[in-house]
Amino acid sequence: MIDISESVMQFLLALIVAGPLLGAVAALLPAPPGLKGKSPDQAVLRHGVTVTGVILLAAIVLALGFDHDQPSRMQATTDISWIPALDVRIHLGVDGISLPLLVLTALLTFLCALYSYFKMPSGPSPKGFVALLLVLESGTLATFAVLDLVLFFLAFEMVLIPMYFLIARWGGEGRQAAAWKFILYTLLGSVVMLLGLLLIGVQAGTFDMVALATDNGRGLSTTVQVTAVLAIGLGLAVKTPMWPLHSWLPDAHTAAPTVGSVLLAGVLLKMGTYGFVRIVLPIAPDGMRIFAPYLAAFAVAGIIYGSLACLALARPGSKGDLKRLIAYSSVGHMGFVLLGIATMTPTGVNGALFANIAHGLVTGLLFFLVGALKDRYGTADLDTLAGATGAALYGRAPRLGALLAFAAVASLGLPGLAGFWGEMLALFGAFEPAEGLSRPAFLTFMAIGAFGTLLTAAYLLIVVRRVCMGGPRPAGETAIADVQGYEFAAWTPLVALTVLAGLWPAVLLGLTDPAVQQLLAGGTR
Amino acid sequence: MTPVTTLASESGEPSASLVQSIDWLTIAPPTLTAVVALAVLVADLFVPPERKRLLGWTAIGGLVAALALLVPLRAGDRSTFCLTSEAQAQGHAAACSYTADHFTLVVQLLVLGGALLTALLSLDETRERLPAGEFWFLLLSSAAGAALLPASRDLATLVIALEVASLPAFALVGLKRGDRQSGEAALKFFLSSVTATAVTLLGVSFVYAATGTLHLTEIAQRLDSVPGQLGTLAQAGVALTLVGFAFKTAAVPFHFWVPDTYVGAPLPVAAYLSVVGKAVGFTGLVLVTVVAFPSYADVWGPALAVLAALTMTAGNVAALRQVSTRAWSAVRLLAWSSVAQAGYLLVPIAAAAYSDDDQVGATVAYALMYAVVNLGAFAVVALVARTRPANRIEDYRGLYAASPAAALALGFFLLNLAGLPPGIIGLFAKVTVFSSAVDAGLGWLAVVMGLNVVIALYYYLRWTALLFRAPVGAPVPHKASVPVTVAIALTAVCGVVLSGYPQFALRFAATTLF
Repeated sequence: MIDISESVMQFLLALIVAGPLLGAVAALLPAPPGLKGKSPDQAVLRHGVTVTGVILLAAIVLALGFDHDQPSRMQATTDISWIPALDVRIHLGVDGISLPLLVLTALLTFLCALYSYFKMPSGPSPKGFVALLLVLESGTLATFAVLDLVLFFLAFEMVLIPMYFLIARWGGEGRQAAAWKFILYTLLGSVVMLLGLLLIGVQAGTFDMVALATDNGRGLSTTVQVTAVLAIGLGLAVKTPMWPLHSWLPDAHTAAPTVGSVLLAGVLLKMGTYGFVRIVLPIAPDGMRIFAPYLAAFAVAGIIYGSLACLALARPGSKGDLKRLIAYSSVGHMGFVLLGIATMTPTGVNGALFANIAHGLVTGLLFFLVGALKDRYGTADLDTLAGATGAALYGRAPRLGALLAFAAVASLGLPGLAGFWGEMLALFGAFEPAEGLSRPAFLTFMAIGAFGTLLTAAYLLIVVRRVCMGGPRPAGETAIADVQGYEFAAWTPLVALTVLAGLWPAVLLGLTDPAVQQLLAGGTR
Repeated sequence: MTPVTTLASESGEPSASLVQSIDWLTIAPPTLTAVVALAVLVADLFVPPERKRLLGWTAIGGLVAALALLVPLRAGDRSTFCLTSEAQAQGHAAACSYTADHFTLVVQLLVLGGALLTALLSLDETRERLPAGEFWFLLLSSAAGAALLPASRDLATLVIALEVASLPAFALVGLKRGDRQSGEAALKFFLSSVTATAVTLLGVSFVYAATGTLHLTEIAQRLDSVPGQLGTLAQAGVALTLVGFAFKTAAVPFHFWVPDTYVGAPLPVAAYLSVVGKAVGFTGLVLVTVVAFPSYADVWGPALAVLAALTMTAGNVAALRQVSTRAWSAVRLLAWSSVAQAGYLLVPIAAAAYSDDDQVGATVAYALMYAVVNLGAFAVVALVARTRPANRIEDYRGLYAASPAAALALGFFLLNLAGLPPGIIGLFAKVTVFSSAVDAGLGWLAVVMGLNVVIALYYYLRWTALLFRAPVGAPVPHKASVPVTVAIALTAVCGVVLSGYPQFALRFAATTLF
């Protein structure tokens, strides 16, 4: 949109990846004079807001400077040799696939930092909290920006330690066990993934994703591709998470602090699906073709399973935790993303990428809202909240109630909001899967997936009815605060983007489509 | 000194003189270490008790000088004590007993550096609990042996170097005066080690009987053409020779001595055994397998692969079962984890049997990482042990509140051992080992190792998480002495530099070392 020289773009991308890391180190050091603020705690939280703000700004400028006429071309590329012994290069770059994810990550982290500035989760000192948040941001951004398999793995692993500590130290009930489950599951997956990545690297002689994608699997025998897809796919599927490897997710979400949940759902899960699109599809297409029907089957199983679990949790008397419910709904939503990827068609993959972003926006907002509810009521237990007749949020805190209803209908895929397009395109893709994939099978998957959208609508509407509506309140009940200023500040961007993406999907699809076309046809330039 | 460099390529006239010309510079690093060891022992008789600290500084100075002497050798093309007669007449490169190639130099760097850090950790212990003169003599002697071992290229020198490295180590383990546990540990260590060495000697004699030579390169040539009736003898010899070195690396089933010995030994000695002792073992294994017995790769390859898998699994499972409230559980955990790490070290050696590419470099790179990180972890443990002598893992709860720098350092070292960012060098060292296994087609071994990495992560991370918990009661800052602080700082800086620029260590994985 605006013309920025290539070297500035390179610098911006490097800043986006390395900046949070430097910020994390700075957060651990004592504040310099002049920046001490009211108290050390306030100063370090403000530091977090500043750094993530700068990164967000850099990401926006990067998005503006991005050549939107050629989204399939890798832009702002840096390529430096780092470890010649392993042939590992610091190769960074963005294209239409990674750019939206970069901006989403920078945005969500900034909003989380802003939210924590006013509402620090209970736990030990904010110093560590801010440092970990920044390391987490750096790891996620690096995952989306690197173009080297080993570096991708490094970035993929980098988020584990900060997320572990965020859950284990600032989380709620049962946090230790949940944090362990999270890290052990993901690690087991990622070790297997590393083996797959190494197999590709050793067999093809390079770890460079661009070169490998251009080869489009021509340098790899089918056996190698099958093994590699199995290994890499397993690691990515744990992260996504794909049913039946999802069981760490509900626990982690339930125990994590609000910002932890937002980042976990909003960006960490996307690392898995991004890996499928960026690595598995272009580098090992033959292997992927063999596993695609299975992936799609697991994906629709996840859609149905997630919705049924949510329905069970939303039922009166089941003691369902709202955070847990949204976590299960994530399993369902990510099922649509995986289904889109499994079709191996441009339509499906575009839908998957769109659903990725939409899920990040909507579920991020939902977790913010539920966190706010939990702060006000002291619990996220649906039965306690709703009582006999319903929580009547429309009456008691109308703005909060309205926002919750908005996020819920966005999540169920109401046309005109972000959730709609991704799921529709994913189902469209399944209607006519890529050549070599069994059409009847995918038609079945499509039908099951479409049924899943109905179930999704059902449980979300039940939640809205039980939380937002309700009978007249008993007299003398303590009032609950409506949406505060800082909450508005943190949530408005998400609401606005949800509407924007729903009404004008071309903003995103225009970016992703050319890149996806090229990726499927034989690599990036 | 007359530097009559006997370059391997410089095969001229057979020397008529009966006196061998010795390239003193080439053999300087181990020689200097041994000379300083003797000097310290003699000086101990004359130095008054209040000046005994000087002995320690002399020893450290000697080790630094020995390390500095590696610099002029860095081209890696020198060798001495060569056979001059028939081999050259036949046009072969001369077989030398002492070679200072890149492999030798890296391992000498590792061994001498490890001994230096051990010496730094021991300065306080020698003042308080250990007899100074004997301690420094034994430490330096053992280091001299360990530095000689990678350079030796014939079986006799190899066995002698192994013994020079091991015998002082027995005494070091038992050096805690009036400590029954220490004596018991030393005896356990001694008995199992001597058995292993005896078996190795038997193996060496079999190999000699079958081939008629002790030089490794010549053995490699002649093993191809062993007469039929001696085939079994040669095979048995190969297998038995490996046993002694497997013991030193603490590979299964020769690992039972490790935890008790580490707990009974003075802490710096345990650190020394875990790094230098292991280096001795894997160097010997590399030399014997890759240089001497390449033609028997189908014998030792699968054996080592199975051994590696068993070792890492046994070590990790035992480490997992450590109860954090038990006395000395911290040292026990490090002991078992060192057994597990030995398993990873064996993987590339096993892979070398299956692939024509040079794989052992991955072992060297991994060992370098492991040496830095493990010594660092032991240094922090030594620091904590000053105020909490029981050294339970539970004692590390809230270390961050008491001494933030030490806690961050230990956390960094543990994450390196686990192979998780920010321990980038630990991660990449594991990646090289993985890729050597994948490259050699040992997929099953890579998967076993992957599972083990996850198991190991659990206990390393549990310990790391404990460091940052809220402490029980008011935090008591740990009194840091200067040498221990220097040791921690040195290892931490090395670890961070390697993490930023892994090429320093990993370059060895990509080149031919011999």
